[in-house]
Amino acid sequence: MTAAGYTVERGTPASRLGALASAVLLAVLLALPFWGSSSDMRLLVEFLSMLTLAQMWNLLAGYGGLVSVGQQAYVGLGGYALNVLADFLGVNPFLSVFLAGLVTAAVALPTAAVVFRFQGGYFAVGTWVVAEVYYLLVANSSSLGGGLGRSLQAIRSIPRTERERLTYWIALAVGVGAVALVYGLLRSRRGLALTAIRDSARASESLGINVFRSTLVVYLVTAFGCGVAGALIYLNLLRILPTAAFSVNWTASMIFVVVIGGIGTIEGPIVGTTLFFVLREFLADYGAWYLIVLGAVAIVVMVWAPQGLWGLVAARFDLRFFPVQRRIRFVDEAATAAAARSGGGPGAPSGSRAR
Amino acid sequence: MDWVNALTQGLLLGGLYALFAAGLSLVFGIMRVVNLAHGDFIILAAFLSIVVVGVTGVGPFLSLVIVVPLMGGLGYGLQRGLLARTLDRGVLPPLLVTFGLSVIIQNLLLQTFSADDRRLDAGDISTASISIAGQLAIGWYPLVVFLVAALAIAGLQGLFTRTALGRAFRATADDQETVRLMGIDNRHTYGLAVAIAFGIVAVAGVFLGIRTTFSPDIGPGRLLVAFETVVIGGLGSLWGTLVGGVILGTAHTLGAKVDPAYRELAGHLVFLLVLLVRPQGLFAKPVREA
Repeated sequence: MTAAGYTVERGTPASRLGALASAVLLAVLLALPFWGSSSDMRLLVEFLSMLTLAQMWNLLAGYGGLVSVGQQAYVGLGGYALNVLADFLGVNPFLSVFLAGLVTAAVALPTAAVVFRFQGGYFAVGTWVVAEVYYLLVANSSSLGGGLGRSLQAIRSIPRTERERLTYWIALAVGVGAVALVYGLLRSRRGLALTAIRDSARASESLGINVFRSTLVVYLVTAFGCGVAGALIYLNLLRILPTAAFSVNWTASMIFVVVIGGIGTIEGPIVGTTLFFVLREFLADYGAWYLIVLGAVAIVVMVWAPQGLWGLVAARFDLRFFPVQRRIRFVDEAATAAAARSGGGPGAPSGSRAR
Repeated sequence: MDWVNALTQGLLLGGLYALFAAGLSLVFGIMRVVNLAHGDFIILAAFLSIVVVGVTGVGPFLSLVIVVPLMGGLGYGLQRGLLARTLDRGVLPPLLVTFGLSVIIQNLLLQTFSADDRRLDAGDISTASISIAGQLAIGWYPLVVFLVAALAIAGLQGLFTRTALGRAFRATADDQETVRLMGIDNRHTYGLAVAIAFGIVAVAGVFLGIRTTFSPDIGPGRLLVAFETVVIGGLGSLWGTLVGGVILGTAHTLGAKVDPAYRELAGHLVFLLVLLVRPQGLFAKPVREA
């Protein structure tokens, strides 16, 4: 990509190193069922589901500028879609995990027609109301077990070892797939459009970007991802309760993980999810204090270090394992320095839908 | 006759919902911020009243003398110390901070007061009623709540249109750079707006606690009620919140009459219906684009 005196860089030394390290890590994780215990696998399924949810919220708010507090709708609907597909329709339960995502994406389309009437803060509460509606509809439908929920039956005939391994590998595919999906999307033309919309919806519109269509695509993709994650969570747990499946705590966890880790980067949610599970281990005996600490840390980060933990690291060491930005390197030295001063890294997304 | 009773109960319940909504509407109107912890502050006020009643031995109505200034002060401090740092930085920071506060308050209340249902005991007035005709009766307490809500809204309306502080509020909402040139401290004005909103929140919380049982986890539900009330009534319209509250309250009591499980669902559906038919709400004023 050399043109008059500059090159456009899309990779970094860290990203090439990161790709190598990721491949090694992936190989180790793929083999986990042969050397790890069942509880290791269960923990990793939880980790990978949370990572998927966090990447989805990151895409939604960090790039789409859509601050939703209602993503629990798709977690719950995904979990119930798994139950309906596998138990009522006889679809293979492992295949149903992915089909559940298509179901939630299909539900998200008419939902968008309602919630897209709101902007900014009202969008946040509007999505919450809609999530409550789905919760009440499910909790009041006796065929789905009503308020008592139900247990997944289809899985019972499958031997335990096989079930655990398949669930784990699917979780790995979903978690890696979520990172790859967001990374691929952001490096594409559409990603460029999204970044532009995040920084100024109005200016991007004037450049010919269809803001409505771009944000709608993001909303549907994240509904798909949250639905798949929800199905995965309840394939792992086997028992679903409407109050837990549609709990706003799913979204609270996503938001805190993304903000603490660093919104608007791929690495941020990975760092945040890791911290989430470390904190959970340490504060396991203190009940509600776990959420109090997480909420307080998120507030402190948002107000005083809005780029998040990964943002601090990336700025300090110029480290980017998953670069989604394009950098211009000038051949002449002085211009390189000037470009480094003026441009570069991801700022805190301003989520400028309302402006 | 049961239906007529349910209808009048719903109408009066609208007063409480208008009190929930007024604080949310006030903060949004002036600062363009949706306080996601709004419902949890309502519940916090109810618990504060329990503490005041327990320590001093006064009734819940008198406890307002302490709870209202306490909540007002909390609101002012919160605005100056925390929320002010999130303004003009886009949509996410104020939402994240208030959502974090919601989770923190909820779980702190849970740790302090346990998940048990509580109630504020106001004595005979909470059960006394006026018999109108036959089996039709109106509770004294819901009537008082409704009148207080109407007075509060009239007071706010008067404050906005007739006082120097109200002018400062409106001017700051329009252009906070220019008001500074006019000698108004915009940060102090924002602080006062939140303080007043929290004063109303305190009244709403105590009235809620006298009316029904409450527990630390019902805050988000109150936020949704407040939000739906504001949207049905129309953004930026104070009297609209009273009408929105009446519509939502009626939907709740009539829905519960059909089946107690449909109470909330009926409210949400009426809200969505209004949104689809008249997205700007029933009494919206043209709102400046934020």
